[in-house]
Amino acid sequence: MSPDPWIRAYDLLPEMLAVLLTGAVTTVEVTVGGFVLAVLFGLLFAVLQTVPARPARVLAGLYVEVFRGVPVLTQLFVLYFGLAEFGIRLHPLTAAVLGFGLNGGAYLTEVFRAGIGAVHQGQLEAAFMIGMTRLMGLRHVVLPQAIRVVLPPLGNFAVGLLKDTSLASAVAAPELAFRARTLVDQTYLSTQVYLLSAAIYLAMSLPLAHLTRRLEVRMGRGNP
Amino acid sequence: MPDQTLVEVAGLSKRFGDVEVLKHVDLAVRAGEKLAVIGPSGSGKTTLLRCIAHLEKPSAGHVTIAGERVGSKLADGRVVEMSDREIARIRTGIGMVFQRFNLFPHLTALENILLGPLKVLRMPREQAEPIALGLLAKVGLAHKRDAYPERLSGGQQQRVAIARSLAMQPKLMLFDEATSALDPELVGEVLNVIRQLAREGMTMLIVTHEMQFAEDVADRIIVMDHGSIVDEGPPHELFRSPSHPRTQAFLRAVLERQAMATSSAA
Repeated sequence: MSPDPWIRAYDLLPEMLAVLLTGAVTTVEVTVGGFVLAVLFGLLFAVLQTVPARPARVLAGLYVEVFRGVPVLTQLFVLYFGLAEFGIRLHPLTAAVLGFGLNGGAYLTEVFRAGIGAVHQGQLEAAFMIGMTRLMGLRHVVLPQAIRVVLPPLGNFAVGLLKDTSLASAVAAPELAFRARTLVDQTYLSTQVYLLSAAIYLAMSLPLAHLTRRLEVRMGRGNP
Repeated sequence: MPDQTLVEVAGLSKRFGDVEVLKHVDLAVRAGEKLAVIGPSGSGKTTLLRCIAHLEKPSAGHVTIAGERVGSKLADGRVVEMSDREIARIRTGIGMVFQRFNLFPHLTALENILLGPLKVLRMPREQAEPIALGLLAKVGLAHKRDAYPERLSGGQQQRVAIARSLAMQPKLMLFDEATSALDPELVGEVLNVIRQLAREGMTMLIVTHEMQFAEDVADRIIVMDHGSIVDEGPPHELFRSPSHPRTQAFLRAVLERQAMATSSAA
């Protein structure tokens, strides 16, 4: 009969770690890609919501409702399997980054909108009176102030996103959760592999949460 | 031409919902003129200033600055809205000083002044910085160049705000109750800066509750009430022998308030 699973796991540890860490790198890639895309979408649509023109605001509102109202897993399926029906074959990683970017962007649109709303209207007027357009005022005056307000929710979002990327395993993106399941299929060491992957997730999310808090304290304290 | 009109307000009306804040106001301001706008709260003084700066869109009528309509223009004989960019270009010629200062809190005093020249006028930093430092010195705050607004007193913030406006080399300065949010002991330092600007020939519209200051600095005073200009004239005439009953009532109220403030302070 096979030896004790913990002893087997101990023997296999270097190989298992190598596989899982490869997955962790992919997890980080999807997280960073999704985060950057989500910030860009969030900024774009939050700014669109401040534009006087109605069509821009309607578009931004529609984006938020659609992408916030559909589970991210479903969005990943649509991007990966749904688009394939129409001949658009996305790489699993591309689908994952795009999916998390679009979904997160809807969430961050609301976050940024609140941040912009927290900056006093007089700030934009002062920007106008030194000859700035609305866009310049947002960029040079309002957003630098709004960023302080949105930093805590932005940090929460990043930590949440890091964990949510495990959903990308459903579209065969070879990230940490996907690697873990493959490893379990090969070794039948489910408890050990999943514990190990949990430890790796923690090792990534705890420093990220810590970093967020540090950043918050630094920006909250007086001025940069 | 010494009597050249810089600002022309024609048939200007502004309503917020059902409230008509400005009622068909006509006004001309000559280049170099110092015009003080006084009147009770809610009389439309601030709205008049904000319409001139196009921070409010007039409901009717229009404002012309240096011969150019603000906010709308004629194209093929039709009146069309100006783009954001066109309005911004006109506003570079108008400085505005707000009651609440509105300094940019994330920038130092110097950076507040530099932002317009660097980003709007696209001046190189080595050219803009001496100008900005000169303006800081002019408002007596050279030593505060690296201070953030929250480390400055209200009077200092307002002086930086004036310097920030001047950095754009405006043809016209609008002062919207520039000293109303200040502690009494800080009012003087801000008024002195405005007085100096007046001596240098800047065209300015000053909405103020400081009657003594208005009398000192203004060439002409207009009195507003319920959205209309009810009286106007040179300060000595208006204050010494106010003819209009609204002006008399307003001045009496102001004098009483000042007397009360003095007696309660004593």
